[in-house]
Amino acid sequence: MATVAVEVVYRGIYQRTLARNIVRSIVFAARKEGKIGTAFGRYGDSPERNGIPAKQFAIVADTPEELEENLAVYEAQEVDVTINVDDTMCKGIESWAWYGLEPINKLTKPGGTLIVTSRQPAEDLIQDIHQRSEPFNLSIIPSTASFSGLWVYKDDHTDMRILGALCKVCPDLVSLDSMMAALKDQGTSDVKLSSAQKAYDRTTQRPVEPGEGSTEVPFSFDLPGWKSMEEGLVIRGIEQGGGFRGGQEGYQPARNAVFKKWSTRSMRPVVNFETCIKCTLCWLQCPDTCFDVTPDGLFDANMESCCGCGVCESVCPVPNCITMVNEAEFNDNNSEWEAWQKDANSYKQWMTALVEKQQAAGERSHGFHHVGGYAEEIANSRDS
Amino acid sequence: MTTTQTQLFQTEKEELISGSEAIAIACALADVDVITAYPIRPYDTVMQYVSKLKADGAFDCDFIVAESEHSQFEIVKHASAVGARTFCGSSGVGWFYAMEAITVTAGLRLPVVAMVGNRALDDPGAFGVEHNDALAVRDLGWMLYWVATAQEALDTALLAWKIAEDPRVFLPFAVSCDGSFLTHSQAIVRVPDNKKVRQFLPNYNRGKLQLHPDNPITVAPQVNEDWLMEIRRQTNEAMLRATQVIPEAYDEFKQVFGRGDPSPWIEEFMTEDAEIVLVGMGTLAMPVRVAIRRLREQGKKVGFLRVKFFRPFATEEIRNALSHCKAVGVIDRDYSYGSPSFGGVLFNDLRAALYPLQRHPLMLSFIAGLGGREVMVRDVNQVVDMCQKAIDTGKIEQENTWIAVRE
Repeated sequence: MATVAVEVVYRGIYQRTLARNIVRSIVFAARKEGKIGTAFGRYGDSPERNGIPAKQFAIVADTPEELEENLAVYEAQEVDVTINVDDTMCKGIESWAWYGLEPINKLTKPGGTLIVTSRQPAEDLIQDIHQRSEPFNLSIIPSTASFSGLWVYKDDHTDMRILGALCKVCPDLVSLDSMMAALKDQGTSDVKLSSAQKAYDRTTQRPVEPGEGSTEVPFSFDLPGWKSMEEGLVIRGIEQGGGFRGGQEGYQPARNAVFKKWSTRSMRPVVNFETCIKCTLCWLQCPDTCFDVTPDGLFDANMESCCGCGVCESVCPVPNCITMVNEAEFNDNNSEWEAWQKDANSYKQWMTALVEKQQAAGERSHGFHHVGGYAEEIANSRDS
Repeated sequence: MTTTQTQLFQTEKEELISGSEAIAIACALADVDVITAYPIRPYDTVMQYVSKLKADGAFDCDFIVAESEHSQFEIVKHASAVGARTFCGSSGVGWFYAMEAITVTAGLRLPVVAMVGNRALDDPGAFGVEHNDALAVRDLGWMLYWVATAQEALDTALLAWKIAEDPRVFLPFAVSCDGSFLTHSQAIVRVPDNKKVRQFLPNYNRGKLQLHPDNPITVAPQVNEDWLMEIRRQTNEAMLRATQVIPEAYDEFKQVFGRGDPSPWIEEFMTEDAEIVLVGMGTLAMPVRVAIRRLREQGKKVGFLRVKFFRPFATEEIRNALSHCKAVGVIDRDYSYGSPSFGGVLFNDLRAALYPLQRHPLMLSFIAGLGGREVMVRDVNQVVDMCQKAIDTGKIEQENTWIAVRE
């Protein structure tokens, strides 16, 4: 194989350093085998924001001429391996760098591999991943998504495990020996190297056949040409909002039809409508205007536009009225209020189970960390 | 000028770095005295790396984050006048905001070296590469160079101080790096050791032009019409002398570092027997070379000429390279609304350069890759097809074509 390309799909800011470590290590390892490589981020019309799906690439080739086929581009045309470092992005990714929802496996070559860090079983992940006509392989690294911040790095060995697994599923890229040698050169400790070795030893692949996976058609948009585009760089304002679901009561703001935002979310708010005191704080403070006001004066977080920032949970004065829950628990963006209206008892059972599970896990993907919090989490998340 | 370099860069080393990082490392290797900064993407990656290198003790400099691009360029202008080696940079409209300081820097013959992280001009706000930002100084006495790789960015920055600070020149030098494709992409780069760099790059000596209490002078007076033409003529002569100093500096670079391009001015790729030669600047070279390799396999005689120095313009070299081909397709990553033939900036300069030739190739102008849009192999093929059609029919149906724009 003359050229091998790998992409890391990661959450902006929180996983930036993680993605950078992975792609750079790939190029260093390939260099050990006399290959040449490049590492770059998916440049976009914005510096990345908290949680927004983002990409970094590593492309290695035997010769500079072959590498040149992949230079001066924003993305590889296709990749041998897609690495997804937060399993909630298996539902698809939307970014400021492109319009519409892209399947997580969009660039994965037929027969290529999708590596995901996840605690979910393969069957649950495949439910989220968009179907395709060519087979590919799924490889799961059992772990919690590694999130940190712009200036801090949660050194929980996720990068090591991914690099070890990568050498296993894509032997054309680099040998484990070369990878280990390159990591050693970078000053990687023996403890960390052993995490790479273990991941290499344990990683398996599960074939995903055509027809397996989500049948949802990802939303997409056609961009206008210069002849039909309005002149003078104007953007028409969106319509005013109106009553809840088009009715007379409540309020539902109009929303951006071409940027949905929900794939930025790794956690979502679950609302206990029975303890809500209608104080309006969640509705006021939500930076994305994602709450619809229902006819009965409650606030329903619209799951098409919620970024999962968690502000609603933190401003809510009622204990456990709003709880941020791991996005992996959900399979749709349906209205919580409608489910509650339909069957309050079932909703309560469903909600209580989710909240208890979340509280027991005690893991948050992002936000509101205290000093030293990462150190505690690392102890829990290291190769259990 | 103190030598404060530490243990870093004592031996030649291979690094995986972006074009911006390469320029920052060049600043450390050249032991630059005063660096000013004001953030704007994509140039701002340079200031990140400069501050990291300084914090790591790789070199010492006065690193001043100004309150605007204008002040940023004013500060290096003054620092350069007192004899400090300087570096600065910007992108897009940031470069334009500094324009008054930028133009006087050349007028005062101050050898400031700047990096332009090429970015589309507002509005609309956009981060992708277009060359119009740097091209705005083409008439002002700035030397202007477009690099294509991170390695070339590092090497060119070192050459830039060498050439700009030569007393025969004393003109500012802008190193243009395509936003994203160079500023944000990491490639394998050979970083030379600092002993060799010191050998290549002596201290900046402004001599009797140095603003110093021991050398009382006034810089930048007001004048009437009885002075200005002579002053302009001096700057023009300095640019003319640069055309001699540049090859000398490149030769010395090769001697000291044991590597370097065959020509400082242009890069020729499969042009020798080419009937069609495409011309462009910067990272456009990558997709164009890929396309040409494939077309050559099909027996098509196509070549590529990359213009490296836009100022001073390599008139003779370009004439020699293009005089024998049948058609020239110039791909501009810029625009010049209302220009002759509505062609790009490079196209019109190039066409003017070839005019005195007895025999002209057919010349076609293409606008592509604006706002950072990727130039694809199929786009290059379209350019070649249109050039071939002009050769076959002996006439140019359309002088200027926009490539890969949605109708």
